[in-house]
Amino acid sequence: MSLQSSLPEGSATGQRRRTFLGFLLAGASGLVSAGLSVPLVRFATFPLRGPSEEASWSDVGKVEEFQSLGAPVARTIRVNQLDGWRRSTMENGVYVVPTGGGSLKVLSSVCPHLGCTVRWTAEKRRFICPCHGGTFDDAGSHIAGPPLRAMDELESKVENNMLKVRFQRFRQLIAEKKPIG
Amino acid sequence: MQETMRPASPTSRRLSRWMDWLDCRTGLRSLAHRALHEPIPGGPRWAYVFGSGLLYLFLSQAVTGVFLALYYVPSSDHAHTTVSYISKVVASGLFLRSIHAYGATAIVIVLFLHVTQTLLYGSYKRRRELIWLSGCFLLALMLGMAFTGYLLPWDKKAYFATAVGTNILSEVPFIGTPLQQILRGSAQMGTLTLSRFFVLHVFVLPGMLVAFIATHVYLFRKAGPAGTFRENPAESSLHAEMFYPRQLIMDMAASLLIVVALALVAHFYPIRLGPEANASDTAYIPRPEWYYLPIFEWLKKLSGNWSFAGGILLPSLLALVFAAIPFLDRGRERRPWRRPVVVTGFAFFVACYAGLGAMSAHEDASDAIVAAQLARQKQAEIDFMREPFEPEPSNLTPAAVKAPAVSADPLIARGAAIFAAGPCTDCHGDHAQGTDVAPRLIGVGNKFSADRLAFLLHHRTQKMIDGGMPPVNLDQAHTEALVAYLRSLK
Repeated sequence: MSLQSSLPEGSATGQRRRTFLGFLLAGASGLVSAGLSVPLVRFATFPLRGPSEEASWSDVGKVEEFQSLGAPVARTIRVNQLDGWRRSTMENGVYVVPTGGGSLKVLSSVCPHLGCTVRWTAEKRRFICPCHGGTFDDAGSHIAGPPLRAMDELESKVENNMLKVRFQRFRQLIAEKKPIG
Repeated sequence: MQETMRPASPTSRRLSRWMDWLDCRTGLRSLAHRALHEPIPGGPRWAYVFGSGLLYLFLSQAVTGVFLALYYVPSSDHAHTTVSYISKVVASGLFLRSIHAYGATAIVIVLFLHVTQTLLYGSYKRRRELIWLSGCFLLALMLGMAFTGYLLPWDKKAYFATAVGTNILSEVPFIGTPLQQILRGSAQMGTLTLSRFFVLHVFVLPGMLVAFIATHVYLFRKAGPAGTFRENPAESSLHAEMFYPRQLIMDMAASLLIVVALALVAHFYPIRLGPEANASDTAYIPRPEWYYLPIFEWLKKLSGNWSFAGGILLPSLLALVFAAIPFLDRGRERRPWRRPVVVTGFAFFVACYAGLGAMSAHEDASDAIVAAQLARQKQAEIDFMREPFEPEPSNLTPAAVKAPAVSADPLIARGAAIFAAGPCTDCHGDHAQGTDVAPRLIGVGNKFSADRLAFLLHHRTQKMIDGGMPPVNLDQAHTEALVAYLRSLK
């Protein structure tokens, strides 16, 4: 500090002015850059903000097939969805589960723990996840292992004798069933 | 010697202490000092802002380019869809694409101003020859970026302009055709061409640009700014003023002007995307970007034997002379009016170039048929931009299977047109898939060579005659096209 105070007055003022100018320029360019980054951020985050398409209904099979079901049965469904700039058809596994009295429900095969595919083990009458041993009973309720909730039931309906399901994914590792997106 | 003034407030003191910490480890202050305290002989001028402007534009192109690559796919079956998606669906997509496309034009304009200033001021003299040479490489690289980037949207304009542009290459003696095929990745334009142009545009040329920009700036700093044309190129004679603050402010103001101008143009006149590339569109009249129009016009004027001399030899000679200017104009004199050869030579070139451009525009405007077709093409672009975005159909859904797209290879496309127009489809089916009366032709290329197929078309076997195949009456060019189409069926 003593060094600065010993400098001639004019030089110190000049220096201060230059420092101020420096801050002014840095501030101005910062402001312009911030303005320019707005479209960039909007562009890059667009897929996260865009309205997510309503999940479409997929055919599981004719109701007759499941009429005399004694145990859960696996089915592959095709899900049409918009994947960025293209329409894509994804195949997903679901379980059709009899709930008594001829009624059915459809469970997602995605484990609510970390997303592995849960398998139906007929001899034990259990759904068992091959990754971390999450175990569910024949209605999908959680019995043992790390999952925090039951297997996720999917919205389903019967239309013209066809069992239809709306495939959705849910957040993993939490106790509530919360759809993603 | 500590020369910075420590501000009094606690916040700035904290900031200053943090700066000390950083400076001690990075040497940031001395770096900033060296960057900013650059003596400019004769003081700052608006004439010196173009170099910084170009650097800013390059950064802008790099940033917008990286962002566009978030959605772009360099393949002939997805490129147009993804650019259409960027333009019509993604937030700020049309704006960023416009900034990127117009940025290329802006670079060409500012490059011209930068070169003109350097030339008029004789800033390439004495110790600065290599700055000029590295600048020449940068100029070529930038023009290469403009050329390779032009194809990427894969619309008709892009496709045909590049087809013509790469055809010029085949004029180069001895290595012309291999050179053209290496660049295209095949004899014809196709998806391999697109991949190659993408790699050049995104990896190779930008890498070289960064290297040459670094060299250019390093050499510039080594020699120091040349200053006004009254300055002696060998030893400094004029009073010098530092780069900071006045020249920096001018440079920043110029860059700001560029930003604002680009943003306004991009916002109010967004760039258009035309319908997807389709080589079978025989009516299409390709026109290059305006700054390449004079070259286009020049090539149009040449014919026969002159096309090599005028199309390859003369431009190469001009480029060589241009690059050699510092070695030809070696005197100490820098004032433009005392260097009439260089200055009038350059002015003459610019006048010719502009004249050719004007001539091209005039010819297009005065030819009613061309003008009408160009207007139709423009209208097609406007209409395409108005259409809502159509997502690419899934390849898994049988119902959505696309009809086989017309090949991008012009020869095959011509063959397809002959096939579709002739009686061929009556018996062999619309897509040569075969019917009850005539066999399927898909895969026929695996069975017969092109020569054999051409022979069979004109000299039917007994089996073909018995089957009802009529005689084919086509000249050699049409036969070649039809054979190319048949062999492409897989």
